[in-house]
Amino acid sequence: MSLHLSYRADPGNPWFSWQYVRDNSDTILAALREHTSLTARAVVIAALVALPLAVLAYWFRSLSAPILAVTGVLYTVPSLALFAFLAPYLGIGAITVLTVVALYALLVIVRNALAGLNQVPPEVREAAEGMGYGRWGRLFRIELPLALPGILTGVRLATVSTVALVTVGVVVGRGGLGQLIFAGFQNNFYKAQIMAGTVLCVLLALVLDLVLAGAGRLLTPWLRGRSAR
Amino acid sequence: MNPVEQAVVWLNDPLNWTNPGGVLDRLGEHLSMSALAVLLGCLVAWPIGLWLGHSGRGGGLVLLVSNVTLAIPTLALLTILPLTFLGFGRPAVVVALAVFAVPPLLANAYTGVRQADPEARDAARGMGLSGGQVLRRVELPLAVPYLAAGFRTAAVQVVATAALASFVNGGGLGQIIRAGFGLDIAAGGGQIIAGGVLVAGLALLVEGVLALVERAVTPRPLRRVRRRANRRATAATTGG
Repeated sequence: MSLHLSYRADPGNPWFSWQYVRDNSDTILAALREHTSLTARAVVIAALVALPLAVLAYWFRSLSAPILAVTGVLYTVPSLALFAFLAPYLGIGAITVLTVVALYALLVIVRNALAGLNQVPPEVREAAEGMGYGRWGRLFRIELPLALPGILTGVRLATVSTVALVTVGVVVGRGGLGQLIFAGFQNNFYKAQIMAGTVLCVLLALVLDLVLAGAGRLLTPWLRGRSAR
Repeated sequence: MNPVEQAVVWLNDPLNWTNPGGVLDRLGEHLSMSALAVLLGCLVAWPIGLWLGHSGRGGGLVLLVSNVTLAIPTLALLTILPLTFLGFGRPAVVVALAVFAVPPLLANAYTGVRQADPEARDAARGMGLSGGQVLRRVELPLAVPYLAAGFRTAAVQVVATAALASFVNGGGLGQIIRAGFGLDIAAGGGQIIAGGVLVAGLALLVEGVLALVERAVTPRPLRRVRRRANRRATAATTGG
């Protein structure tokens, strides 16, 4: 026992270690790449499904309540349970992680996009109608651009929470940076590895959020003069 | 036999419920650590949120807290905290879960006080109430719907997140799912799905019960406000 303790005290187990980062840069970069690609694919898929759903809920009021209710219930289901439901059918691998995180991202984007669409002032809608815009023209030229801030908020929230959620994928062995964190915990509580995974996760969320915020500014030039909040 | 049938068989085996480490044990662990985490979160977040709302400062701080915790993976906190002074075991898991309970509690306490009718506040001032009395006797009662909405969101989130405690052998119903994955999909598929049903069922049950509680503690005239509070709560927190 004393031998064990002295062994652990001697080489140390620091929270940060450049040595670790240098020696394992390949593993770290691979995990970061997988994490980024899972996040990006999940958010893109989620947005592609969520936007038509939000538009449907916006056009047909009667669909609004059921869509919001279903997303609400699904959102309450814990991520681990969702993994448990899907893994026996989708198998152990990236496709399961992708499906789970895309589902959660979908719920966030649908809700925010619908809120954005509902905030389009009725006068604007009526004016567009009076100018002869049809349903589709109005959607693409008037309503979606005006709802863009809400949609972007949804995409940003979805992206940040997806980055955090991908780590739960360790349960099927494809958690990206979560794999680093989890392996670090299992291999004698290797603090440097746990910390490297965590810091990269938070940084990735931050960077993606800033990129999307920048893209949002470029896409909505008419809002630029006004204050952010 | 497909996985769903296996799950039904698993759930129908009484030994899976009563064995040591069975469903009943895990349920007890799950509920006790969730309750402690929510309690801890309330003790920290409510006083701060109420005070910030009362003084009208710190709106940026509230926003920052919810944004930052959104980006921190649960797995990271669950693995980091046991290696700090908290040590392995229950306290580290409870603190990790409490961290995720704080944002909805804080945000709702803050907005609850902020949303209090300024005229009611002025009237209370005019009656000679001190700052602390205004908070206790006017703003706090008016914030109750928001506090209840925040409590519900936080509790549901903690119960959901507690399933992840199984990653660090922290107990709870998630342990059943993890053990199923340990058995390999073909053999453990039924147990995995059964665990998922239990975890999801518990989260939905807590959500439903707390929705009733929230309704019960909200005075009738304030019930319209409750809806708005809910929306804010969901906007303030997202994550698994």
